[in-house]
Amino acid sequence: MTTTLNPPPLLEATTPTPARRGTRKKKDKGRGYETRSLVSPMSLQTWHGKLVYWTILVVVVIGFTLAFVFPLYWMVTGALKSPEELAQIPPSFFPKHFDFGVYADAWDQLQLGVFLKNTALYAGGAWLFTLAVDVTAAYALSKLRPFFGKLILGLMLATLMIPPMVLLLPTYLVAKDVPLFHFDLLNTPWAIWLPAAANGFFIFLLKRFFDSIPRELLEAAEIDGASPMRILWSIVLPVSRPILGVVSILSVVTVWKDFVWPLLVLPETDKMSISVGIASLSAQMPQNVLIASLVIASLPTILVFFVFQRSIMAGLTAGSLKG
Amino acid sequence: MAVLTAKPPVRRSLPQGAARRAVGRNLTAYGFLCGALICFAFFSWYPMIREIILSFQSTNFVDPAQWVGFDNFRTVFADSAFRSAWLNTAAFSGLALVVGYAVPFVLAVVLNELRHAKAYLRFVVYLPVMLPPAVGVLLFKWFYDPGAGLFNQILDGFGIPPLSWLDSTSTALISLVIVSTWMNLGTGTLIYLAALQSIPGELYESAELDGAGLFRRVWHVTVPQTKLILLVMLLLQVVATMQVFIEPYLLTGGGPENATVTVAYLMYQYAFNFGDFGGGGALGLMLMVVLMVFSAIYLRVSRDNQS
Repeated sequence: MTTTLNPPPLLEATTPTPARRGTRKKKDKGRGYETRSLVSPMSLQTWHGKLVYWTILVVVVIGFTLAFVFPLYWMVTGALKSPEELAQIPPSFFPKHFDFGVYADAWDQLQLGVFLKNTALYAGGAWLFTLAVDVTAAYALSKLRPFFGKLILGLMLATLMIPPMVLLLPTYLVAKDVPLFHFDLLNTPWAIWLPAAANGFFIFLLKRFFDSIPRELLEAAEIDGASPMRILWSIVLPVSRPILGVVSILSVVTVWKDFVWPLLVLPETDKMSISVGIASLSAQMPQNVLIASLVIASLPTILVFFVFQRSIMAGLTAGSLKG
Repeated sequence: MAVLTAKPPVRRSLPQGAARRAVGRNLTAYGFLCGALICFAFFSWYPMIREIILSFQSTNFVDPAQWVGFDNFRTVFADSAFRSAWLNTAAFSGLALVVGYAVPFVLAVVLNELRHAKAYLRFVVYLPVMLPPAVGVLLFKWFYDPGAGLFNQILDGFGIPPLSWLDSTSTALISLVIVSTWMNLGTGTLIYLAALQSIPGELYESAELDGAGLFRRVWHVTVPQTKLILLVMLLLQVVATMQVFIEPYLLTGGGPENATVTVAYLMYQYAFNFGDFGGGGALGLMLMVVLMVFSAIYLRVSRDNQS
């Protein structure tokens, strides 16, 4: 089920369905579940079935918590421990005293403020560029349909089939000395912004969404004398909010998480993104300061996940196309 | 019948106004497209060509580049790390497939049966995916610490002697697979979960009536029904894991004794440690050819799925 390749499930996934939860709850109170899955609801009614079900549930909840939450707990509390306590065997489960000073140390010593500001600049700029470039391109390909439009779309989608890692060196050389113009983009935000905008997957997502906007709507506006720009701005964009949300979150998070590309194109310490900065300074830091900086570095993306869970999960099923 | 007798309409060229409008429309369209065309040309299309040129040239970025034929490939082949890099990359992908491919499917099948705590479990399994990879890798570097590291402490709690994780040739690669799997497990699990939810319940019901037990139902209903997504994820997983870079770069530096050198990492080393972009380009081109095979199969599969 590659939801990506069929627009209807994608559209469904990107538009919130608040009513569903309520109806499902109601049904649960009745006979059972409206759709059955692997295990029949009947077998869950017996005491034996209930016992097995609850055992598995408890095991899964505890297992998941240990595997995925505990490492994060260990990270957050590890930063609060003194270097001696960190080296102590056996380790303490709770830190002996809560000293948040180490977070302040990490902030100052690792110049996390600078790194975070840089990363925000790269991610924010990449977001603006991605939207400006990809939305206009998708709009042109979907609604204005120029000559060679299909060929251009095909070439853009073809780039998805080439894994980014294998083009690392030639792309680096382009950033170092842009052909024709001979700009050196290293240590400038442009080295992040421009490649981020060349995203065939986003153009594909946006084009599929724009294709689903009824033609009559746009034609009516055209007859009223609206320019293509005006149609894009006043009609297409407002109805495309769900997909714009997905693309926005994906583009910001991708740039924020990226490591290899910023490692190459932003070698100056003052220009580094947070991931690269922490990694390159990690050797010189006391352990607890380093761990505190890991916590600070992961906060933004985790917060984004808390707020935009639904869109991120929707984008994920859409993202199964991405190579 | 009048239609048949009527004269066929005379073919005329488009009226002047329409032609002008078509040109205008195309100009507008290309105006909208120009940003994307520039970005793609410089950062996607041209690098593909440049990659091929790069691997057949010797260049020091001062003198004009020289065509050297297959010299770069010969240099890379002669490197003792070359063999290790490919074997490690294959082993990494293989191990990551065994764990990272099967486990999410099993997790998704189990999660799909649970009626409680679903939102929590889905949230939690995806949490590591949202961490910046550099953070996840450095976090595990600390867990792998041979002294007070979390993993050896846990082993100690069970009375198992400590492992040297990243420092021994026998465990280093597996340690990398563990980090990578932990960080990426959530994606597969949630995609499978979405696929499982679209399986019609009647299939399970009739299988059960035919006397199929739990495992036979999984094998004869769940697996065939999710066959396509399983195949797609397999290919994506291979392509993703064969590009592994950040784990060896941050955890082991390719050591001990080249036990964790991967192709992507060797490519980086050639270019940025040895200053040999030609050798790096040659490695990149080889990796590209291998991965393009998987990508092509993937493209084929997803296109078949579409129709």
